[in-house]
Amino acid sequence: MSIPDQKQTSASSTPPYSGLAGWINRRLPVISAFRAEYVDFRVPRNLNGWWNFGAILTLVLGLMLASGVFLAMNYTPTDAGAFLSVEAIERQLSGGWLLRAMHMTGANLFLAALYLHLFRGLYYGSYKAPRELLWLTGLVLMLMVMATAFAGYLLPWGQMSYWGADVITKAVGAIPGIGPTLEHIMTGSDHLGDIFLHRFFVLHFVLAFLIVGVVGMHVAAVHVSGSNNPTGVEPRTPKDTVPFYPYYVSKDLVGLILFAMVFAALMFFWPNMLIEPDNYTPADPMHTPADIEPEWYFLPFYGLLQSVPSKFGGLVAAAGSLLVLFALPWLDRSPVRSMRFRPLCRIGLLGVVCAFIVLADAGKHHAQGGWLIAARLAGLYYFGYFLVFLPLVSRTEKTRPLPSSIAASQGDA
Amino acid sequence: MRKHVFAGSLLAAFTLAMPALASTPDKAPPHQKWSFEGATGTYDKASLQRGFLVYDHVCASCHGMRSLTYRDLEGIGLSDQAITDLAHSKQIAGPVGISGMPTMRPGLPDDHFRSPFPNDAAAAAVMGGVAPPDQSRLAAVHPGGADWLYAFLTGYRMPPPADAPVVPGKFYNDWAEGHMIGMPPPLMNGAIQYPDGTPATVEQQAKDITTFLVWAADPHRNERHHIGKGVLAYLAVLLVLAIAWKRKIWKNLKSHG
Repeated sequence: MSIPDQKQTSASSTPPYSGLAGWINRRLPVISAFRAEYVDFRVPRNLNGWWNFGAILTLVLGLMLASGVFLAMNYTPTDAGAFLSVEAIERQLSGGWLLRAMHMTGANLFLAALYLHLFRGLYYGSYKAPRELLWLTGLVLMLMVMATAFAGYLLPWGQMSYWGADVITKAVGAIPGIGPTLEHIMTGSDHLGDIFLHRFFVLHFVLAFLIVGVVGMHVAAVHVSGSNNPTGVEPRTPKDTVPFYPYYVSKDLVGLILFAMVFAALMFFWPNMLIEPDNYTPADPMHTPADIEPEWYFLPFYGLLQSVPSKFGGLVAAAGSLLVLFALPWLDRSPVRSMRFRPLCRIGLLGVVCAFIVLADAGKHHAQGGWLIAARLAGLYYFGYFLVFLPLVSRTEKTRPLPSSIAASQGDA
Repeated sequence: MRKHVFAGSLLAAFTLAMPALASTPDKAPPHQKWSFEGATGTYDKASLQRGFLVYDHVCASCHGMRSLTYRDLEGIGLSDQAITDLAHSKQIAGPVGISGMPTMRPGLPDDHFRSPFPNDAAAAAVMGGVAPPDQSRLAAVHPGGADWLYAFLTGYRMPPPADAPVVPGKFYNDWAEGHMIGMPPPLMNGAIQYPDGTPATVEQQAKDITTFLVWAADPHRNERHHIGKGVLAYLAVLLVLAIAWKRKIWKNLKSHG
């Protein structure tokens, strides 16, 4: 490790705050805390591009809140007014089209980045001790984001909003025992109208801010346990880590700009890739669209839902595919974290990614004909990997030798 | 190296899964050349204004476009005065009068386009059971978009082919669902006169009204493309600077590695 880094480390132990900064910091140590967590914070030196998505997700969340607040100021959550108020935002509100484009692109890319972030955790074993709570808060966040995305998609009150809501409320109603009560709590009346829309508008808004709170816990957890890294070997010496600033500030910045370019390209030039045109037709309870289909990020779960013959069974499978991830830290008992050193599991996990994509494709094709068989096989594989393969293989697998340290893995022993 | 290939293929899988959204029509209408096509396309203002004329004189007698206000026509290049005059020429439902009866008043620029029928039920009752669809987002909603609109508007066959069934009150169109539609052929050669002297053939009118309907469904396309180019150029410069900074920082570490 080079000498300047060590200088920075020693300097940080006695922060020389004077004047107003010192006055504030003696009463509320926000300045020294920021310095400790975002400047001097030690991070493994070998993080790759997959570790960019945390910063990316934080920024997209900020963008969603900022654009969402201004959209909400111009939105009317009623059966008769919702669709036209969104049209007015796009057409008559100055800059409204840009605001809405940001919010829509943001929602899609938020989910995309979330799935990539989740995959990073799966691949490099970031869910293992001592990061179980980091993993669990992350999964809670994902569920909250999904619920928020669903509630948000209802708000324009187009055909897909209405009929998507119809499918989901009826699926909830199919839960034995409590189903009808739950359905009534969601809809608020015997039809999907003003009460339902108002409830989900408030839910969308409230969840968005709750997410910020859970993100706080998620980030706090990573600052306690430290980042995992591609080798999965914990840092042992100062040589294995670098300070967050400037090393990862400069690296995250490059990732953020690249992500912003994808964001801008989609938003300004290919918005149709993310838009379901049917949702520009106002909700019409009398006219069922030929093709009811959720947004792409829900398609894998939609595929699972449809591959099970019973409605309730489908709901269990779709919910179970997410819930099984909560048990992952205790299902996978291998002491080796990173899939780099677990050749067998690495192939198995790639299979999970393929199964996820097959399920999405099957959901797209309403699990009809050959897609039904494909969806069932993929669903079986998905659950088989987590519930059977991982617990068994972690006892018997032959792992590759681990490097003695992170620095050694980079030839800097 | 291997991990990069792996990461790349995963990303590719994700991007492949995404465009699986657009629904495709059973048979694609023939492709026309449009000024607004592609990532750099912009609307032809003259065509938009001719297209509005067709809408106002032909389509608007049956189809509403209720999301638009007269002021939105600034987007096709109409002047403030022209918009005010246009709005004034329309009679809009006003407040309840002193006698308690509904009144009419001349339109204002911020009024929404006047609908030909008070509601969908009234429209359906007059139009043989089916309300003519609102045209605000028609070009975005209908499979095939602009190409379909053009093919449809030029696709009436009078007389119909010999083997087509004769249904009273229905017209034969190559591009209508089931080839039969209640809407009579809306465009006729020379039925309207363009002030710019362009010959108002059926094909020309179809092209202009299609351009106008695409604009109505996506009114900010020009602006979107323009801002997008600026944003991407800015980000590209920022990216070069960020990469240079990152390299400079990480060089310290690499030289020891």
